[in-house]
Amino acid sequence: MADSANNTSVSFVREDMLEESAAPSSSVGLVHWLRENLFSNWFNSVLTLLVIYILYVIIPPLINFAFVESIWSGTNREVCATEAQGGVRPDGWFGACWAYTDAYFNQFIYGRYPDAEQWRVNIVFVMFFGGLAPLLVPSVPFKQANIIFLSIVFPVATFILLTGGNLHYTGFLLPDAVMEPSAIRFWIDYVILTLVVLAIGLGIARGTHSDPLPTLKTVLGLMGGLAIILVIFEIPFGLQTIETDRWGGLLVTLVIAITGIAVSLPIGIALALGRRSNMPIVKLFSVVFIEFWRGVPLITVLFMSSVMLPLFLPEGVHFDKLLRALIGVALFSAAYMAEVVRGGLQAIPKGQYEGAMALGLGFGQMMRMIILPQALTLVIPGIVNTFIGLFKDTTLVLIIGLFDFLGQIQSSFTDPTWASPVQQTTGYMFAAFVYFCFCFGMSRYSAYMERRLDTGHRS
Amino acid sequence: MALQDVSQDVGQPKVAIFNDPKVRGWVYQVVLLVAIVYLVYAGVQNMFANLAAQNIASGFGFIGRNAGFAISQSLLEYSQAESSYGKVYMVGLLNTVSIAFIGVILATVMGFIIGISRLSHNFVVRSVATIYVETFRNIPLLLHIFIWYFGVLRLLPQPKDSANLGLLGLLNNRGWFAPKPIPQELFFLTAAAFVVGIVLTFVISRWARQRQGKTGQQFPTFFAGLGLIIGLPFVIFLISGLPLVFDYPVAGAFRPKGGMTVIPEFMAMLLALSSYTAAFIAEIVRAGILAVDKGQTEASHALGLRSGPTLRLVIIPQAMRVIIPPLTSQYLNLTKNSSLAVAIAYPDLVSVFAGTALNQTGQAVEILGMTMLTYLGLSLLTSAFMNWYNARMALVER
Amino acid sequence: MTRKILSAIVGTAVLGLAAGTASAATLDDVKGKGSLQCGVSQGLPGFSNPDQDGNWSGLDVDFCRAVAAAVFGDSSKVKYTPLSAKERFTALQSGDVDVLSRNTTWTMSRDTALGLNFSVVNYYDGQGFMVRKDMGINSALELSGASICTNTGTTTELNVADYFRANKMDYELVAFEKADEVVAAYDAGRCDVYTTDQSGLYAQRLKLKDPGAHVVLPEIISKEPLGPVVRQGDDQWLNIIKWTHFAMLNAEELGVTSANVDEMKNSDNPSVKRLLGTEGEFGGAIGLSNDWAYNIIKEVGNYAETFDKNVGPDTQLGIARGANAQWNDGGLQYGPPIR
Repeated sequence: MADSANNTSVSFVREDMLEESAAPSSSVGLVHWLRENLFSNWFNSVLTLLVIYILYVIIPPLINFAFVESIWSGTNREVCATEAQGGVRPDGWFGACWAYTDAYFNQFIYGRYPDAEQWRVNIVFVMFFGGLAPLLVPSVPFKQANIIFLSIVFPVATFILLTGGNLHYTGFLLPDAVMEPSAIRFWIDYVILTLVVLAIGLGIARGTHSDPLPTLKTVLGLMGGLAIILVIFEIPFGLQTIETDRWGGLLVTLVIAITGIAVSLPIGIALALGRRSNMPIVKLFSVVFIEFWRGVPLITVLFMSSVMLPLFLPEGVHFDKLLRALIGVALFSAAYMAEVVRGGLQAIPKGQYEGAMALGLGFGQMMRMIILPQALTLVIPGIVNTFIGLFKDTTLVLIIGLFDFLGQIQSSFTDPTWASPVQQTTGYMFAAFVYFCFCFGMSRYSAYMERRLDTGHRS
Repeated sequence: MALQDVSQDVGQPKVAIFNDPKVRGWVYQVVLLVAIVYLVYAGVQNMFANLAAQNIASGFGFIGRNAGFAISQSLLEYSQAESSYGKVYMVGLLNTVSIAFIGVILATVMGFIIGISRLSHNFVVRSVATIYVETFRNIPLLLHIFIWYFGVLRLLPQPKDSANLGLLGLLNNRGWFAPKPIPQELFFLTAAAFVVGIVLTFVISRWARQRQGKTGQQFPTFFAGLGLIIGLPFVIFLISGLPLVFDYPVAGAFRPKGGMTVIPEFMAMLLALSSYTAAFIAEIVRAGILAVDKGQTEASHALGLRSGPTLRLVIIPQAMRVIIPPLTSQYLNLTKNSSLAVAIAYPDLVSVFAGTALNQTGQAVEILGMTMLTYLGLSLLTSAFMNWYNARMALVER
Repeated sequence: MTRKILSAIVGTAVLGLAAGTASAATLDDVKGKGSLQCGVSQGLPGFSNPDQDGNWSGLDVDFCRAVAAAVFGDSSKVKYTPLSAKERFTALQSGDVDVLSRNTTWTMSRDTALGLNFSVVNYYDGQGFMVRKDMGINSALELSGASICTNTGTTTELNVADYFRANKMDYELVAFEKADEVVAAYDAGRCDVYTTDQSGLYAQRLKLKDPGAHVVLPEIISKEPLGPVVRQGDDQWLNIIKWTHFAMLNAEELGVTSANVDEMKNSDNPSVKRLLGTEGEFGGAIGLSNDWAYNIIKEVGNYAETFDKNVGPDTQLGIARGANAQWNDGGLQYGPPIR
């Protein structure tokens, strides 16, 4: 055998390789792909054809409506109505009236916020997205400074910019008989309050034989910081006061969603810790709180905050409608947030707790330095998902008469200037598009973080 | 800090009482309790003070009072002339439960189909399922509801040119007017046969399972059951001389008269709720199926099971364990979301009770309290049921 | 308002002390705030409707402006709180608004059980029906079997029930939470009939895609006296509200308008003199300055002016004075004399 193979004189042994021929047309290229993916058997083929038919029914009319037949400019309903409806389009015309969304665009974003003051809202938007974007990208440095900016500077600035600031304090402690309500009384009250808190703190420190200095620092730091913020609110910046009932559109949607999530995060963490606590009363309270808010629909919560809450407040105290809705939304989402955080806490191995305790850390230190940083990082996708849910749920405030983005669009339907049969379809399409962009973007981010955080330990 | 001190100071005479973590725990709890009790007390106190100062009626006396307004859909006998607010509550509750129940079934079916489609080998089917999921879950439900509602109203014809569906009645934008079955005298036989069929099927399936356990022989339980539950009543129905007549709707000056009505608000609500929730369920189903290890399929093939039984006996039971807990919360969400009906006037609990009844009586605290507790009860019931089901499905480990 | 929120938060949350100012005297409260907080409807053309820039106008809005003119001498010192039918009474009870000028029907149960006081009737209304013209319906009695759209939380729901029951007619009621939703559903063909106060029908008709294709039926099935509402237990404030309306009525009767009010100050007619504060001390009797009525008429106008400007025959609503004419013109508006 070996001999014959080496024998070059044998003429029928091929010496060089055959040219590689192309794969048969049935296993490559479009046809193969179609066969493999779409028509592998009769069932698949039927399914494919059915789906393609459904797409055929839906997609072309949609594109036709949104782009081909649509109207992009105009000043009133005439451009978007057929001749029979008193417009200029031929009969049978059916297309989107983007001219109308364009005319209303300002209102959809700012509501009835005065035109001359809208730069204030723009600054807030820029600050928010400018502050958020670097926070979301894991590789950008200065995370801590960024978080401080977003959690302290941004809210204070936003409050002043949006409402106009100019708060006047009248005091909260001393009765009117002792001193007339005034800013001075407020600050006297504030000092008294600080001293009381300080005394309690020092008392505890003394009782526990611990160093009073940290307590002193904490109390003074907190009360001092709060005082600075309060003073800033009091400074007249010369901004016109804008009542919240003039806010609307995307502004209200974002204010509710962001405030809701920002307030619910700390409450949610506290509740999650409470639910895992060994203290029966704390645990019971947390469980009841969480399960109650998770068991009722948001709309009843909003009804409660708009109709029932005023009855529970002392006479003469009233909350702004937007503030009431914010309270409802924050309590509601705190319960959901608590469950998300609890999931993160449960995912931390017991060894981490034991290790922290072995190092002699107290509960607060253990949570702050060991457990929560890990747990919260783990649940970032969950937090983003809660935010998406909250963002979508903000639409419910239109039922209690606040004008969020969808509410503003709906209220524009009653404007006779633009009334036409396509107005509603156009408006809803626009709303769906905007909500989709926000939510889809966030869900992509959440998926990205999920992949990034996936340490590969799971099977 | 506390832990340290205790371990060092054990037995020493001058232990500060604050340093005992137990004592501290109790102190915290007492403080919390006092704060909660105080807040509740102050709130209630304020409420009573406000109610008294403003001379607002309170108490549950209104429940027996005559409501005096009409409701567009009622599963109970409801008349505006005699029915009380208590009845309004019941009507609203039943409407909520019925839309939630049907919505859950529809959403589950759609969700499973789409979820499985997302894992299909067929490119077109897979992509469309993905687009469906991403589009539907990223648009607020309320917007879905508005779009469906005005879509439904636009697509359906005016009453004067109603679509005639023949045996199925009439369809127009006042709703679907279906023929109403009116049972005659002997109909109870058919109903009885139906009950008997269910009981027999249950008995047979037990027997078949036991026999299979002993001898390995299988029995076509499914077809036997089908025959008993559907076939038996049908035969009885024929024998007893078709004891059922239909009340067909006839076109009237406004909306058709007679028959049963499915109002457009119901249709829009059902479509919106189920198509929205289906997108979430699809994701859950997909995750559940993906969670089952591929080795399970290979192992069962190696054992000689064909792909049908593999799916039914090996994959799905394991996937269900992953699917059920999140599915439960989707069912709860759907039930709670049905309260958005208030936006399009479907007469659910929030709409007629926390809406109309609240507006008419002005007793916000009582009515909203009742409404919220009802939803809480529904939620707890659903999750209790699903927990029980989950426990049954759970892996029994040695 | 903001300072109250703050003191409430600090007071209740931090210390658990119920802060807040007892607001027995609404007038002092309003003066302290520097503006009148007025509860209006969320958008009803002719009565209270915001334009694209958020400026409110309408008959109810003009009433708020008149009160502000009487109190401050400046009709622009009003802040509006748009309220749904559901919220309106709570908002007034809890002090969110100082006066509710939101086409609210005066009924006995509302006047007695809600802790509120109805002051005057600034618009006599009645519930009516609107249908499509092409249905060829001329009377509400032809509506048996119809589907009816309306607002929830109003007297209309109960009135329509009574009316159909009394006439032994059958109907389907579709009740929405917000007026805009009712309009949208009616326009989309969900209902044959839209029912609410007749003035509301004329107003909402403007929001329909084709207002000309709809007609308001002549029947009025209820009495709907609409007027401003205040909290119970503050007689001074109630008087201010009442006399603001009466001053506008008296001005119309005496021929005093916003255009000629300055000339009329020199009038010899003692009634005019008392009205405009050149004789007597009537403003002081209700805690206001003596030129309170002058300010109202100067800044807002008399009743006829506000009516004609907002809802009258020359406006888009085109409502005739009818029951709202002066008593000596066959109407029901009757301003008690200032003396």
